Amino acid sequence: MNTQAPPSKLIAGATGDWEVVIGLEIHAQVTSKSKLFSGASTEFGGAPNSHVSLVDAAMPGMLPVINAECVAQAIRTGLGLKAQINLRSVFDRKNYFYPDLPQGYQISQYKDPIVGEGVVLVDLSPTEQISVGVERLHLEQDAGKSLHDLGANDSHVDLNRSGVALMEIVSRPDMRSGEEARAYVTKLRTILRYLGTCDGNMEQGSLRADVNVSVRRLGESLGTRCEIKNVNSIRFIGQAIDVEARRQIGILEDGGKIAQETRLYDPAKGETRSMRSKEEAHDYRYFPDPDLLPLEFEQAYVDELASHLPELPDEKKARFVAQYGLSPYDAGVLVLERASADYFEEAAKGRDAKLVANWVINELFGRLNKEGRNIETSPVSAVQIGGIVDLIASNVISGKLAKDLFEIVWTEGGDPAQIVETRGMRQVTDSTAIEKAVDEIIAANPDKVAQALAKPTMLGWFVGQVMKGTGGKANPQAVNEILKSKLGI
Amino acid sequence: MTDLTRLTLAEARDKLAAREISAVELNQCFVDAIARATSLNAFIVETPEKALAQARASDEKIAKGEARPLEGIPLGIKDLYATEGVQTTAASHILEGFIPPYESAVTANLWRDGATMLGKLNLDEFAMGSSNETSYFGPVVSPWRRKAADGRISDAKIVPGGSSGGSAAAVAARLCLGATATDTGGSIRQPAAFTGTVGIKPTYGRCSRWGVVAFASSLDQAGPIAKTVRDAAILLRSMAGHDPRDTTSVDVPVPDYEQAVDASIRGKVIGIPREYRLDGLSEEIVALWEQGIAWLREAGAEIRDISLPHTRHALPAYYIVAPAEASSNLARYDGVRYGLRRTGKDIADLYEKTRAEGFGKEVRRRIMIGTYVLSAGYYDAYYLRAQKIRTLIKRDFDLAYASGVDAILTPATPSPAFALGEKGSADPVEMYLNDVFTVTVNMAGLPGLVVPGGLSADGLPLGLQLIGRPFEEETLFSLGQALERAAPAILLPESWWH
Amino acid sequence: MSVDLATVRRIAHLARISVSEAEAPYLQSEINAILSFVEELSAVDVEGVEPMTSVLPMRMKKRADEITDGFIPEKVLANAPAREDGFFVVPKVIE
Ligand SMILES: [Mg+2]
Ligand SMILES: [Zn+2]
Repeated sequence: MNTQAPPSKLIAGATGDWEVVIGLEIHAQVTSKSKLFSGASTEFGGAPNSHVSLVDAAMPGMLPVINAECVAQAIRTGLGLKAQINLRSVFDRKNYFYPDLPQGYQISQYKDPIVGEGVVLVDLSPTEQISVGVERLHLEQDAGKSLHDLGANDSHVDLNRSGVALMEIVSRPDMRSGEEARAYVTKLRTILRYLGTCDGNMEQGSLRADVNVSVRRLGESLGTRCEIKNVNSIRFIGQAIDVEARRQIGILEDGGKIAQETRLYDPAKGETRSMRSKEEAHDYRYFPDPDLLPLEFEQAYVDELASHLPELPDEKKARFVAQYGLSPYDAGVLVLERASADYFEEAAKGRDAKLVANWVINELFGRLNKEGRNIETSPVSAVQIGGIVDLIASNVISGKLAKDLFEIVWTEGGDPAQIVETRGMRQVTDSTAIEKAVDEIIAANPDKVAQALAKPTMLGWFVGQVMKGTGGKANPQAVNEILKSKLGI
Repeated sequence: MTDLTRLTLAEARDKLAAREISAVELNQCFVDAIARATSLNAFIVETPEKALAQARASDEKIAKGEARPLEGIPLGIKDLYATEGVQTTAASHILEGFIPPYESAVTANLWRDGATMLGKLNLDEFAMGSSNETSYFGPVVSPWRRKAADGRISDAKIVPGGSSGGSAAAVAARLCLGATATDTGGSIRQPAAFTGTVGIKPTYGRCSRWGVVAFASSLDQAGPIAKTVRDAAILLRSMAGHDPRDTTSVDVPVPDYEQAVDASIRGKVIGIPREYRLDGLSEEIVALWEQGIAWLREAGAEIRDISLPHTRHALPAYYIVAPAEASSNLARYDGVRYGLRRTGKDIADLYEKTRAEGFGKEVRRRIMIGTYVLSAGYYDAYYLRAQKIRTLIKRDFDLAYASGVDAILTPATPSPAFALGEKGSADPVEMYLNDVFTVTVNMAGLPGLVVPGGLSADGLPLGLQLIGRPFEEETLFSLGQALERAAPAILLPESWWH
Repeated sequence: MSVDLATVRRIAHLARISVSEAEAPYLQSEINAILSFVEELSAVDVEGVEPMTSVLPMRMKKRADEITDGFIPEKVLANAPAREDGFFVVPKVIE
């Protein structure tokens, strides 16, 4: 796809506007108990070389046997990306030497991947959506880890990650800004997490991005690209792209040429730099792994997996809009995480869904964000927030009191209705009680009454006084009406 | 006392069962024979204590009436099979000192069935060779010697063939009752033919490759070398079987091969492929082949001329496929996790020095060829094309079998064994031609059995090869037995190697 | 097809095998001998022929996703030429 960026996405250089073209290769660790071709654990961490089998260490005569669940996970992911599932795919060997690559080759899929073309719909704002093409998804082995700072003159090799299953998801060069790339990765991660096929944990390296960046004048063909390897946070993806695009534009505007190379983003310095060690001309000598037969399965197997697929974020969002009457924006926020969407639906059951959405998005998410917590560890449950909303809807408490109540539930827990009872937070709607309070205020402040008659905006002062006098429990609407009739304005 | 090393495996088994001999007694005989035969260089590592300890356990089992199929039977193990706690080298400097913490599937099956281990047998380095001259631990010498026209025995050292040269020489020289071997392009059958022993390469997938040092994964297959067809059948039954750790191993029940040995071959249709009548094939090989045809016909088989038109492409295609797979399979020998390490100024230097010194000439050459044919721009012209030709070779066999042929009879090798240093020193291809009749079988994944057919003019053994349908090793054993019965006994010159 | 000396060196480097100045020409001629031996294959008609992926018609078996292996660092490291604190050790690799 060669869609052109709208003018707002262009970068202004010294000699005119430039368009950035971005494609991403995401390595997503498959959620599985054991490795792609061995029975060793995939658990993160562990003592060095403890999650390693003789197969992972490439001992002589060891052979790979494929993990059925990793295949199923790749198919589920392909289905989630609305992609072509290939009933026959082939594992190839990618040959190169590196100390953390024990076999001297990585088992990957080259010509015939398990998943073909798909698409990811990415919302940039309530009104702007782009569609990013997925070129392919293939299964491959992760390498081990080389640690370069444990010794002065040597590197240490830990094979715990060696052989862990990865899905490499290759996008088309369909993104035109760092923001679009960030949004794409965020959406992809949401889909993977919904599917349960990758936990998306970037700090632990479960999701890594290689970013291909090139720049061109509008309407020109694709420029020479550079690959920024292993960017490990969504924020850095955006930064790395902006920095790299600027660098390339600078070179081109100075009459230079872009060298196709592999680069590394240094977040501390805010620059990308060439990885010279990776610059040696590669010749991976791909060929089908003779230890493994082609990977084949029936369409019925794919259909079976498809029938157990969860509702995905796009469908869920559409349903929230249709079923609950939510705005697309609110629906979009709620479906970002499957747990949030489930939370909302539980809370909204039998209630005013819009009101619930408001409370979940504004009060709950706001508070969770502030405290750096997530929905799974929310101190306020869906049942509790539903209880608060019930008290508002039945006029037992006012909106303002509800915020106080939320605070109590957050810090102390408990049943909202009971808290309102025991703490006497019930809103006063009884007009004789309010009239009594109004009469007292009017009697005590004759000067203010005179002022109010001249200037009706003074009414607010009276409202405030009445609320104060009732401990904030008076129904504000009732106070207003009674005041108006008593003051005659 | 009779020399127990002269027994066949089946005879020894029966004597053990009848308690005419003890396992310790039997194993001690072989331990002693091996100690006297160091001039053959058939063993890289000898494990007499292990054999005797296993033999003692076997005697206990026999006493309790719990004898297993190979109880107390002393075997030699090709040093390509990983043996737990016992050095496993693939006859390469790069693996010198490597002690596997695991046991190969096939050897584990043999120990499960009660066999004992005499030691690790020499071979061509990483099973690459046809004469056993490429071993880092020195060449294996055949117990056979040439006989001049005047009947004088020459003392020129003869090769046992390769790569399972240690296995073949040890069985022929009565240093074990049977041996494990492996066959990628003829490495069981050619040395069997050169030493007057019986060797079978079973159907690809019949034996697990787990724990066998890989040479060319799509061609490698384990099998036995033994004194007789019956012995080979007994051994294969224990070695074979499905292994979930090898994705290419087949989940098909293992028949009692020994029963097939005595089955009639009447009515079996034997194909004689015209393409195997190579130009310049020696008269004695042609005569041997004719003799084999006559023996099978006399035993009641029907002989039929067949065509396998792509035969001549098999050897060139093999010399693309095998080195290509090997170049990748041998990448793991990098000096990082096990085996030889030569330090260098950086990691690349370490790799290059370790591998240059750790691999011998033939292995380096094949890695280079394999690397070249897989490299950018050459993959389609070489590797991909060779794999297409493999499909054509396999199709030839499929058509022959579909037309009703039960098995195919060919010579095993184009010549008898030769002297050490006689072949391949100037041109590697000269050595490769040894496998011209055997390699098609690997390319098509079929079973192939070699039995002795007679002696050459200079007194060296010549073998006949039977090629079977996939998983029809039983037919091969029946036919092999018919040949063995008909052929003259091949008598090894009296021991000169003690 | 035949290879020149530069190609021999390039292949040797790809294969991570050092080749001395003296060795290279011999290796070159041996490789060329093998290449000329396999040359005849270029004349074979392979139009429409599938490359072989498996000599027998069988499906790849898969294993269940269970932790059945690992937790054997001693076995993994037992043959290491250099090790420290449970790691394999190699000369420093410059990134
Ligand atoms: Mg990639
Ligand atoms: Zn990858």
